[in-house]
Amino acid sequence: MAVFLQNLINALQWGSFYALIALGYSMVYSILMLFNFAHGDIFMVGAYIGFGVSTALVALTAMGAFALPNWLILVLTILFSMFLTSFVGMIVERVGYRPLRDAPRASAAITGLMIGIILETGNLALLGAQRISFPPLIRTATYDLGGVYVTNKKIMIVVVSLGLALALHQFIRRTRWGMAIRAMAFDYVVVPLMGVPLNKMAALTFGLGSALAAAAGILFGVAYPVLDPYMGILIGWKAFVAAILGGRGSILGATLAGFLMGFIEIFVAMVFPSTLRDLIAYSIILLILVFRPHGFFGEPYSARLRL
Amino acid sequence: MSLSVANLHVSYGRIKALHGISFQIEEGEIVCIIGANGAGKSTTLRAVSRLVPVETGSQMSYRDKNLLEYPADKVVSELGISHVPEGRRLFDNLTVMENLQLATFARKDKAQIEQDIQRVFTIFERLEERQSQKAGTLSGGEQQMLAVGRAYMSGRKVMLLDEPSMGLAPVLMLSMFEALKEINQEGTTILLVEQNARLALQFAQRGYVLENGNIVLEGSSAALLADPEVKKAYLGG
Repeated sequence: MAVFLQNLINALQWGSFYALIALGYSMVYSILMLFNFAHGDIFMVGAYIGFGVSTALVALTAMGAFALPNWLILVLTILFSMFLTSFVGMIVERVGYRPLRDAPRASAAITGLMIGIILETGNLALLGAQRISFPPLIRTATYDLGGVYVTNKKIMIVVVSLGLALALHQFIRRTRWGMAIRAMAFDYVVVPLMGVPLNKMAALTFGLGSALAAAAGILFGVAYPVLDPYMGILIGWKAFVAAILGGRGSILGATLAGFLMGFIEIFVAMVFPSTLRDLIAYSIILLILVFRPHGFFGEPYSARLRL
Repeated sequence: MSLSVANLHVSYGRIKALHGISFQIEEGEIVCIIGANGAGKSTTLRAVSRLVPVETGSQMSYRDKNLLEYPADKVVSELGISHVPEGRRLFDNLTVMENLQLATFARKDKAQIEQDIQRVFTIFERLEERQSQKAGTLSGGEQQMLAVGRAYMSGRKVMLLDEPSMGLAPVLMLSMFEALKEINQEGTTILLVEQNARLALQFAQRGYVLENGNIVLEGSSAALLADPEVKKAYLGG
């Protein structure tokens, strides 16, 4: 039982990363019908921006410019990096996707792959090949809950992720921008007839998704403090799987599927050798998709029409 | 001159949908475009709404403003030209109220929005009862009311209506046109496209006949209703 709970906590942590990244995939897909395959790399860029922001804040504190406690530096890092990374997402949309909005979907998909490579190699050119370490902002504290060990970092990661997913949900439920996102998910062709500017909506969606990916990147840096330019590839693909598994365009679905994938991976690793983890875990997910091809909350058919 | 369209050419790929049509609508008028399926009626409205690209040489203006300088959302929010699209295209996943509110996305006049929603509920009483229901659960008649109500909220200097009679029982059809007349009397200019030519010509003051992307005939509704060609082709003899 203790082993199970221990793994459950690990699964929640990994699920948090997948869920936060999957939300960005899902949202962009739901309103623009394209998968932003550069999204995993935006997670990477977010982690690096987080590294830059936190390093700067730590340095300024050390110089005595101001006295910030470490937890506040972390909070500021998350907020400021989310803000900055949202612009990276908006630039990607403006430069890479907007000119191709009426092009075949395959072109847009290829654009995403290319932007991904540009972000990875651009980072490599800028910062060199050495891995960099995320500043250790919070000291790990471990709590023993009857044989189950929980760290303050894990709790923080799960709480922040769930909080952000919930905030996004509220934004989409309650604001007029969110209402427009829901409308676009249903039928984006006629949304301009409501006086809604498509370009602003596209920028907003990319911005929000990228901000969440940045949060995931920083939380990842807190848990696994070594950053490298290719860190976003595998985790990005896995989050993409979560977005599909959740049902294209479903916020709740993407969040749940992200956590589910965390669970499947961790519990497979509990039973089988860890080298077989992804092989078995993704075979299971493939099986789920065979039986539920539209994911958990996806529409069985596209309600969207062309003009 | 309120809305003026000249030499409008539209193509879908290599298929030409409109071959340089021209028409004008005066402030406060009700004008209809009648024609068979595929004649280019919906394309005409989509071109005015800037939903489809037009070819060079096409001219469209509204109150001396060049429509080609406005993207689709600004045609609605800045020029006040709303569009009830073919097949209604409601957001089935939003409630009736949310559909109406979304249509005010770019509007800032909060108090007026509130009044307008009340006005929509006065014109279409059924919508008030159904306001918290999802649009997808409405009957066909109610959906058409919501589609018109939504256009009313988004902008109503001009309303473009694409087959508002489609799929409606005759009684509902008549009450829909009554409601449209009411909206027109408040000052909204109406451009209507219809396959139901008799109904459209009884409702409109003037009409254009569209055939294969060309306007082949135009005139007052009375003249068109009496025209032997129109009678033969569109009014069932």
